[in-house]
Amino acid sequence: MSMTELNNENVLQVLNETFGEAILHPETQYGMLSVEIPADRNTEIVGCLKDHKDISMGFLTDVCAVHYPEQKGRELAVVYHLHSWTKNFRMRIKCFLPAEKPEITTMTGLYNSANWMERETFDFYGVQFTGHPDLRRILNMDEMDYHPLLKQYALEDETRDDKDDSFFGR
Amino acid sequence: MSQLDTNYKDIFVSTETIDGEIATLNLGPTHPATHGVFQNVMKVDGERIISSEPTIGYIHRAFEKLAERRPYNQITPITDRLNYCSSPINNMGWHMTVEKLAGIEVPKKVDYMRVIIMELARIADHLVCNSVIGVDTGALTGFTYIFQEREKIYEMYEEVCGARLTTNIGRIGGLEREFSPVFMEKLKKFLKEFPAKFQEFDNLLTRNRIFMDRVIKAGPISAEKAMSYGFTGPNLRAAGVDYDVRVMNPYSSYEDFDFIIPVGQDGDTYDRFIVRQEEIRQSLGIIQQAIDGMPEGKHYADVPSFYLPPKEEVYRSMEALIYHFKIIMGETPIPVGEVYHAVEGANGELGYYLISDGGRTPYRLHFRRPCFIYYQAYPEMVKGAMLSDAILTMSSMNVIAGELDA
Amino acid sequence: MVDAPEGIEGQGFFATSLDKVIGMARANSLWPLPFATSCCGIEFMATMGSNYDLARFGSERLSFSPRQADLLMVMGTIAKKMGPVLKQVYDQMAEPKWVIAVGACASSGGIFDTYSVLQGIDRIIPVDVYVPGCPPRPEQIIEGVMKIQDLARKESLRRRNSDEYKKMLESYNIETQ
Repeated sequence: MSMTELNNENVLQVLNETFGEAILHPETQYGMLSVEIPADRNTEIVGCLKDHKDISMGFLTDVCAVHYPEQKGRELAVVYHLHSWTKNFRMRIKCFLPAEKPEITTMTGLYNSANWMERETFDFYGVQFTGHPDLRRILNMDEMDYHPLLKQYALEDETRDDKDDSFFGR
Repeated sequence: MSQLDTNYKDIFVSTETIDGEIATLNLGPTHPATHGVFQNVMKVDGERIISSEPTIGYIHRAFEKLAERRPYNQITPITDRLNYCSSPINNMGWHMTVEKLAGIEVPKKVDYMRVIIMELARIADHLVCNSVIGVDTGALTGFTYIFQEREKIYEMYEEVCGARLTTNIGRIGGLEREFSPVFMEKLKKFLKEFPAKFQEFDNLLTRNRIFMDRVIKAGPISAEKAMSYGFTGPNLRAAGVDYDVRVMNPYSSYEDFDFIIPVGQDGDTYDRFIVRQEEIRQSLGIIQQAIDGMPEGKHYADVPSFYLPPKEEVYRSMEALIYHFKIIMGETPIPVGEVYHAVEGANGELGYYLISDGGRTPYRLHFRRPCFIYYQAYPEMVKGAMLSDAILTMSSMNVIAGELDA
Repeated sequence: MVDAPEGIEGQGFFATSLDKVIGMARANSLWPLPFATSCCGIEFMATMGSNYDLARFGSERLSFSPRQADLLMVMGTIAKKMGPVLKQVYDQMAEPKWVIAVGACASSGGIFDTYSVLQGIDRIIPVDVYVPGCPPRPEQIIEGVMKIQDLARKESLRRRNSDEYKKMLESYNIETQ
């Protein structure tokens, strides 16, 4: 079927027809469709959305990660925001990964812009993108040995000894 | 577009080297040409660049982690420091994101006031970028003229919010005060006098034979590559794609305004320069339309749990006092949810991805920074180019270090 | 124009002490190295522009090479990744040299009390003048430069070779000859 106008319902219908039970928890938050997919099928599903002649999500707007330490087995969520240049449709795709083995396939084969965005996600959260051409730290110092945006690490520099807590109300 | 590719490939491989050697050149973090701190380690053969590897992170200030610690109205000063040449746009984008999450509807007057301030910021940023392209080719005169005009824009910011550069303009739910008569007078004077001064700057560079020879075909990129690399903003429009968030996903009543989107052809430095020049003119038109069509109304939405109540009421009524206390202490009733909102920053699509768990600080805030995403394409844009063209490409892409590293 | 120092004047001669003349010459021809990293850098560009004009104070020629500069103006946040670069630039400058920390981030880390920001450049290099502000107005930056001019005018010619100065440099692990 050819769709001239994309909206949340018909894109979700296309996804359900093609992938069936891989599309989990679809919801519409503030007008944007958001679905969850299994992490090992991310390139397959996003590639289908990109190459589908009616949907053609050619713009990978954003790749980021979120850390949910309470959800055991699904601590790290990698979130992709997609946008279609021609049809002006946005959606969000989430993949959940366990904290012990946060591996997911890279999107650099489909979109060039994923390169640095995945490096930033690796730098902050430790998510391993398999197949990435050059996965190393980008914003933090290379010698840093932990991934700072995980919730268990503090914001401030732990090694400084000159701050007087009584001034800061702690 | 294919002509551009063959141009460089023909000249690049020289078969008659006397003493062929590839040198490694470090265009280090401190360099007069890198406007901001980022490093490029280049392999050069004489003057031709064979490959280049950028390193960034020299001004990484951990905004995303810092935002998890601060209440919603205290995050605005951090957003200032992303693209600090046009900080009101970042502030307004953040306020709109929180308003989207909390379901606050602002009056139309607030939309128009925000449009005026955002377009002034866009003019300020494009003026910096274009005059710096002039400086990198050796034309310092334009820079001196233009910074005089930017002082007038700074004076207008000072009337509204008190600060020149990192403005922290606006509040969640509106603006902090009405535009004063002094501001409107300064704005009208600016709209009357600036076009003539801008035309002087234009006459210096746009049809200048030397400038054109320098910048045409410097650092080109094709439209398909630009779209694949996630380019947005003037860099993408210079490559020929008319994508503008103000038109695709209008926010803050942009659909009421009538403006064109300037588009280039080859995506080289000259096209980026001309696109920015034209966008300044379009912004002047938008501001004029906003002043002429400014609706009546209040400068804030009626949401006392987010927007501070007037001080007279705080001294007299109990509810206003409690609201005032809770807002200052950061206890705003933001619902649980996640939202992505994008505005058209001076460099492209500036996106805010906010996840809230109902607490006083965000659970996760991620900035989709346009500079970070399009700077990845820099090695490809300068492959095979001369070193001086590479410097021009870097400055014409308008890479602001604060937005690159965040 | 700069006033002449005190001295004995006569027909065709002017007698004064050497350090007054050298102090006057140094103070009115400081060549800055603008180490501009972030937002304060844009305020510096406005200071160099024609409205506030730092060039009237003798800083006409900006030098981006440390070997040719007298005054290191550090403007903007210095992250820990940038620290060694700043130290290297400071080491390359020749004596006499002055350092001015412009902005809250350079003075003390500013609003960024995070794991990646150096909390003040005086942790790695000695600083002469701090200009607070976020960003400081151009008038404040000019006042900072004027204070450096005062320091340069009144500095003793032997200060850079004195033991106290050498001990201070050692406390920063900066090698002295």
